[in-house]
Amino acid sequence: MIYAAVTLALLVAMAMALGRAWLGPTVYDRILALNTFGTETVLVIAVVGFLFGRPEFLDIAILYALINFIGTIAALKFFKFGDLGHGLDYEEDDEEGAA
Amino acid sequence: MDALAEGSIAATIATAAEVLGWICVIAGAFFCLVGGIGLLRMPDMFTRMHAAGVTDTMGAGLILAGLALHEGFTLITVKLGFILLFIVFSSPTATHALSQAALAGGLTPWRKGEPRDSEVYSTGPGPSKEEKATAREEASSKG
Repeated sequence: MIYAAVTLALLVAMAMALGRAWLGPTVYDRILALNTFGTETVLVIAVVGFLFGRPEFLDIAILYALINFIGTIAALKFFKFGDLGHGLDYEEDDEEGAA
Repeated sequence: MDALAEGSIAATIATAAEVLGWICVIAGAFFCLVGGIGLLRMPDMFTRMHAAGVTDTMGAGLILAGLALHEGFTLITVKLGFILLFIVFSSPTATHALSQAALAGGLTPWRKGEPRDSEVYSTGPGPSKEEKATAREEASSKG
């Protein structure tokens, strides 16, 4: 019963994180929201495993935690270097500012 | 008599662990909700990272600790410990990389009295080039 209530609370928190991912406004807000969403997914998998009496779900939770971290770092790297790829004129601006 | 007393002590410890586990799990769910509300209501990306940190530390930590208290000393508890250890290491790393990428991408932290970022720009990877140019002029005029 309490496990069910905790699962419901976690699902509400996940909906809030998805709302932030929907609202943005920057891409970093969306990455942050997805990172939080992934952490809460790990918790939901663990709690649901205990709720249904199958704690073997924790293997899936471990896997999801690993994938969540790697996915966050990969998305950040993509957006950081995507910005740098666009930003050759940024470097020129900086050089002008330095000169 | 002694065996009976030992049995009742063990039962008391088991009950205490169960109650403590319920308290931890419920408190963890509460902190997850607090983090979700903060994620929606904080004014900009850097303050929202603070709210996300509540979910990553108190929420995940308390829920996993509560589940471990319910399970006792088994392989399940070891797996819960692995998840907790990994979250404890990965969450600050992701937060650091995120804030560094956001600063490199041109976001500036929100100050008290400024409008919420949703009122400054609506979409895209950070402020526009004109906004950055005006901010740079303001900074150079100040300096």
